[in-house]
Amino acid sequence: MYPGARGSGAPRPSVRPPRENATMEGSPAAPTARLELVGDGAARVVRLAGPLTLETVGDFWRDADELDDEGVPQRIDVAHVPGVDSAGAAFLLELRDRFGGAAIEGAGEQVRKMLAILDRPCPEPPEAPPQQVLFGMVDTLGTFAIETIRHARETVEYVGALSAGLGWVLRRPGRLRWGDTLSYMSRVGADALGIVALINGLMGLILAFQMASQMKQYGADIYVADVVGLSLARELAPLMTAVILAGRSGSAFAAEIGTMKVNEEVSALDAMGLDRTRFLVLPKVLALLAMMPLLVVFADAFGIIGGLVVGTGFLDLPVGVYLNQTFTRLDLWDVGQGLIRAECYAVVIAAVGCLRGLQTKDGAQGVGASATSAVVSSILLVVVSNALLAVIFYLLDV
Amino acid sequence: MSETRTAAGPIVRVRGLRAAYGDVTILRDIDFEVARGEVFVILGGSGCGKSTLLRHLIGLVDPAEGAIEIDGEDLVAARGALRERLRRRFGVLFQGGALFSNMTLAENVGLPLEEFSDLPPEAIRRIAQRKLALVGLTGYEDHRPNEISGGMRKRAGVARALALDPPLLFLDEPSAGLDPISAADLDRLLLDLRESLGTTLVVVTHELASIYAIADRCIMLDKARRTIVATGRPADLRDASDDPFVREFFRREATAAPEVS
Ligand SMILES: Nc1ncnc2c1ncn2[C@@H]1O[C@H](COP(=O)(O)OP(=O)(O)OP(=O)(O)O)[C@@H](O)[C@H]1O
Ligand SMILES: [Mg+2]
Repeated sequence: MYPGARGSGAPRPSVRPPRENATMEGSPAAPTARLELVGDGAARVVRLAGPLTLETVGDFWRDADELDDEGVPQRIDVAHVPGVDSAGAAFLLELRDRFGGAAIEGAGEQVRKMLAILDRPCPEPPEAPPQQVLFGMVDTLGTFAIETIRHARETVEYVGALSAGLGWVLRRPGRLRWGDTLSYMSRVGADALGIVALINGLMGLILAFQMASQMKQYGADIYVADVVGLSLARELAPLMTAVILAGRSGSAFAAEIGTMKVNEEVSALDAMGLDRTRFLVLPKVLALLAMMPLLVVFADAFGIIGGLVVGTGFLDLPVGVYLNQTFTRLDLWDVGQGLIRAECYAVVIAAVGCLRGLQTKDGAQGVGASATSAVVSSILLVVVSNALLAVIFYLLDV
Repeated sequence: MSETRTAAGPIVRVRGLRAAYGDVTILRDIDFEVARGEVFVILGGSGCGKSTLLRHLIGLVDPAEGAIEIDGEDLVAARGALRERLRRRFGVLFQGGALFSNMTLAENVGLPLEEFSDLPPEAIRRIAQRKLALVGLTGYEDHRPNEISGGMRKRAGVARALALDPPLLFLDEPSAGLDPISAADLDRLLLDLRESLGTTLVVVTHELASIYAIADRCIMLDKARRTIVATGRPADLRDASDDPFVREFFRREATAAPEVS
């Protein structure tokens, strides 16, 4: 049952669009109740009057639910029902079953035909057995544990397959699907340039502005250039770019592969004996690996330009002085370190996106869940790997 | 119910229709009418534009040229609420079933009832169950579309198209993928509904057995000529058409598949 579908208490709009096709003209509504019980004991009869169609059946149905339960009626009198549609016929059959097979009497030609069409065995689905609370909890825990183990195994297998695949590409680069890879490169790289430039430019601007108001007090204006250049190149530009790509490309990979999974396209690959990693995962991972450093270099540049705008506009530093300060302070290793981080993020984003896609459960909702989970997990892993790299760089003392 | 049909005249009227995707014309000079209560079958080879024609008839795609009237009202010009109202007069079975994957079969069938009637939830469920029983899906009410077979999905799609008892039904290959018995059951059901509710049926099908069993009249489309190449009763087309393509279509298969009616 989908959310909010037919929650018990949910008020449903009473306005209904007109259904002119089924309105029954010329059948005056009975002045009294349309559904009434007459007689008592063995002679009890439910008498219906008026057309039984989708428009009217709701009221009949509610009336029927309110019938008292003194004595089960033996007969259902439909002599005053001029016509039924299938909703009406379903109602009559329901009423009949509810009264333990009461006879439906006085049915006209059309009513009889509709009853004949709809009267097929239609058993009540078995009631779900009542869940025991304790058992339910154990059950949930157990399922969760099994799922976790299965997931962990899948992930390890996947990482293995991916590493093997990357090795395979190095040995036989000709067999890679270069067409796919190039088209992904343009999608994840070139198409992302605008947003990467904008966000990183703004980052540089914000950073410089925050520093400037502090540094100005100490007359250390010029060091804004150092801080902006260094922190962008080492940390912020790769990180911001990774977040953008996780949102743009990681989710797209997950949705794309997820949709293929739902459409059995992934099964088709398997059945043809084609390797999913080679077809689906490697082109995406390599495309991101190839484009990420380029994007980060652009990100650095635009970040520095953002800082420069504040430096010249707000701190009145000459352009040459600001840039000179930036580039004397910033050495190649600062940028290189940022690019190493960026490559790690690229692998994480692409690999997680593809993995989530391959893990998609059936259905449109599954694809949505995979895309969400791809973004959340890859941002999390990007931050975790950032921390690991910080430790590694510290230990290596670089 | 026949007394509800107030307007006379054809329920579907197509005039000078040209169907195109972008610059590619798929069909042109399409003219036909479907009378009330008729079973009207659209025939033609694979890829000739049957589903395309159907998409035009239900107003999903606007024609490049020409007019489509449903119940005497111009579907092409109808916008917004009017188009919605026109659409509610017909039920549609898509070629792929097009069930909602995040709902069970009963919810799929119940959705139109829920949206367009004031029935209590348990009534909707009972009616949905009965509709599913009509197409032989008793016991699968709580399955999701990905948990059933392709033919079952087709049948569930039919049940959903029938949910509101629309006076006009568009069915794209309802019996494709069904075994002969289920297919014959479905044909029987469609004829029964036509008889008791006066439903008009516009059906795309390749199954010759089904064509002979249900069709009052059919049109045949041809991919090469991109238009209607024959109109008439199936038996007449088979026996009396002077178009070799049409004769071949009926004959070739007719020798393989035994005739039903
Ligand atoms: N969305 C689309 N965009 C462009 N061309 C399309 C589109 N859908 C269909 N076509 C083209 O229109 C033509 C007719 O397609 P259509 O789906 O209507 O065929 P059909 O007669 O229903 O075939 P089948 O019996 O195989 O279902 C085909 O040549 C197809 O390539
Ligand atoms: Mg088709």
